[in-house]
Amino acid sequence: MDFAHQLVQQLINGVSLGSIYALIALGYTMIYGIIKLINFAHGDVYMVGAYIGFAAVTIGHLPIFPALLISMALTAVLGMLVERIAYKPLRHAPRISLLITAIGVSFFLEYTSMYFVTPTPRTFPEVMPNISFNLGGFIINGQQLLILGITIVLMAILTYIVQKTKLGKAMRAASFDTETAQLMGVDSDRVISMTFCIGSALAAAAGVLVGVYYNTIDPLMGIMPGLKAFVAAVLGGIGILPGAVVGGIVLGVVEALVAGFLSSTFRDAAAFAILILVLLVKPSGLFGKNTNEKV
Amino acid sequence: MFFSKKKFRLASMIACGILASALFTGCGEQSGGGGEKAAGDEIVVGANFELTGNHAQYGANANNGLKLAIKEVNDAGGIGGKKIKIVEADAKSEAAESVNAATKLISDDKVVALVGPAVTANVIAESQVATDSMVPIIAPAATNPDVTVENGKVKPYVFRSCFIDPQQSEVMAQFARKDLMANTAVLYLDSSSDYSKSLGKIFKEHFEADGGTVVMEEAFLAKDQDFKAALTKIQTANADVIFVPAYYEEVGKIVKQARELGINAAILGTDGWDDSKVTDIAGKDALNNTFFCTHYFEGDAEVQPFIKAYKAEYNNDPNVFAALGYDAGKMLVNAIEKGGNDSQKIRDNIEAITDLQVGTGKITMDAATHNPIKGIVVIETKNGVRELRTKIAPVSPEAEK
Repeated sequence: MDFAHQLVQQLINGVSLGSIYALIALGYTMIYGIIKLINFAHGDVYMVGAYIGFAAVTIGHLPIFPALLISMALTAVLGMLVERIAYKPLRHAPRISLLITAIGVSFFLEYTSMYFVTPTPRTFPEVMPNISFNLGGFIINGQQLLILGITIVLMAILTYIVQKTKLGKAMRAASFDTETAQLMGVDSDRVISMTFCIGSALAAAAGVLVGVYYNTIDPLMGIMPGLKAFVAAVLGGIGILPGAVVGGIVLGVVEALVAGFLSSTFRDAAAFAILILVLLVKPSGLFGKNTNEKV
Repeated sequence: MFFSKKKFRLASMIACGILASALFTGCGEQSGGGGEKAAGDEIVVGANFELTGNHAQYGANANNGLKLAIKEVNDAGGIGGKKIKIVEADAKSEAAESVNAATKLISDDKVVALVGPAVTANVIAESQVATDSMVPIIAPAATNPDVTVENGKVKPYVFRSCFIDPQQSEVMAQFARKDLMANTAVLYLDSSSDYSKSLGKIFKEHFEADGGTVVMEEAFLAKDQDFKAALTKIQTANADVIFVPAYYEEVGKIVKQARELGINAAILGTDGWDDSKVTDIAGKDALNNTFFCTHYFEGDAEVQPFIKAYKAEYNNDPNVFAALGYDAGKMLVNAIEKGGNDSQKIRDNIEAITDLQVGTGKITMDAATHNPIKGIVVIETKNGVRELRTKIAPVSPEAEK
């Protein structure tokens, strides 16, 4: 295999890995956009989503798409509950209290799940045919194409909601200034609740798809992808939806190239070096502008 | 007002929640009975396993194996009329927590012996506490040589019920050279695990001493999901075998993704592979042309009683951690049966174990190293079915040096 061939294969690997980061980063960035909270529990909501999907497939004997929808719906409710119980009482507290609470919620979800589902990893039954395409020596996986497709579709739908609908307008207003928006008749609490609802549904979609693709889920599966998605969101400009997708894919490609051409030991170091670099050089991220209109 | 009624109610709800969760943890740590001090008609032993955290899946399985061994003897009437009681503590997958748990078991619960934890680092951490308090430990699955030996001297109170890493690597290196006629190998190691790194290092020594070449070394981290970038690089090396000494969750995904990329070389592994989940994760076809060495072969006649008992108790197949936890339990029971009701006698009896039938075969304790002398099997997976490829007879770890 020559260099050019390996390079192309690594780009394919990178884009497919990045599309997963992007899918998780979408929910991350959306929640940050509205209430300026880095929701560290997002990775764990993703894990819960994966388990609900798993239960729907194995206990409920449902095909994958109904299972995906059920998981998104139930996880959306979980997201709203988390917001109502853990974050809402801290609406006017300093930002740092919220952040610490988010870490607490993260541990709470991880270890409550571990108590109920045991730490043993579960394997998804084969619910989707796993076809690999061989295009002139390059291997592309069908499920990966699906994940990339779903990511882009969800990004488009979200952008539409945020930019074109009444709810989106309310979101942008609440993001700009919660209290003023409230004075203008926007029900900020409802808007924030909806944001968590949508963000958590996205995390659930990611959880189920990743569970199906990699074939295993476990109660701690959300930690690393959650962190990587955070890097992706910051890289793209936290709070900006297309930024999350581009950030995710760039991160995936960088990881694949570092692992492929330098050393696989440096792969995670490279991912977090990107985070540090972005924060030093352009804290607003690739797509960041100095406007306050971030959603 | 500082406390509105609503806020106060919420605060008290949270406080209740914290109390409730503390209560839950308490239950978890003391299951197996009232949690009271040892009564005169009970022999109290400690189970210090990783019940939460990253290694919980290994600790929990080993703990199940131990509990089965103890339950069997209790159901048969106990030892001399006394029942054995297990007090559990959670090593939380961290070395410091393992020490805390061991200290608690020894000083609060007054256990006469300890079993666990599952992972090498956590055993090494607690071994000082046990040595100072003169309470014997049996580590079920810690295969690193340093667990029982420190600076060339055997730790008097630390034993194990499994073989050690150098034996595994040596067996697999020889297998690669002689059975598979491999000339080149790639190492793909879990750089977050001492287990994986030490196995890789020793494999390389033996493989190169036998005339082979290790052409590439790559690494991943436990809990990684995507291995395709490194595997694409490994593919360019075009080696005869790929050695992946790691745990089953990652192994399953590595094998699956390697085959998806079109890597058809033989993939070799060690006892971390020994779990039926590997087949679930990787798929049957992907596992063709893979080989690993482990502690027992599930088709062996002498292992059947254990597998049957485990299935009856837990309603699923035992994995290797469960089997080794069971072996550790059997060793402990044997040591108590031979007239040990204090820590010192139990220690002496464990050291003297000879030809004891445990779950995975017969073992004899090597007094010089505190490693059991037991056989190794190499298993090949064909269309999802495990077949015994070779069985290496028990060798004394001493004799090899």
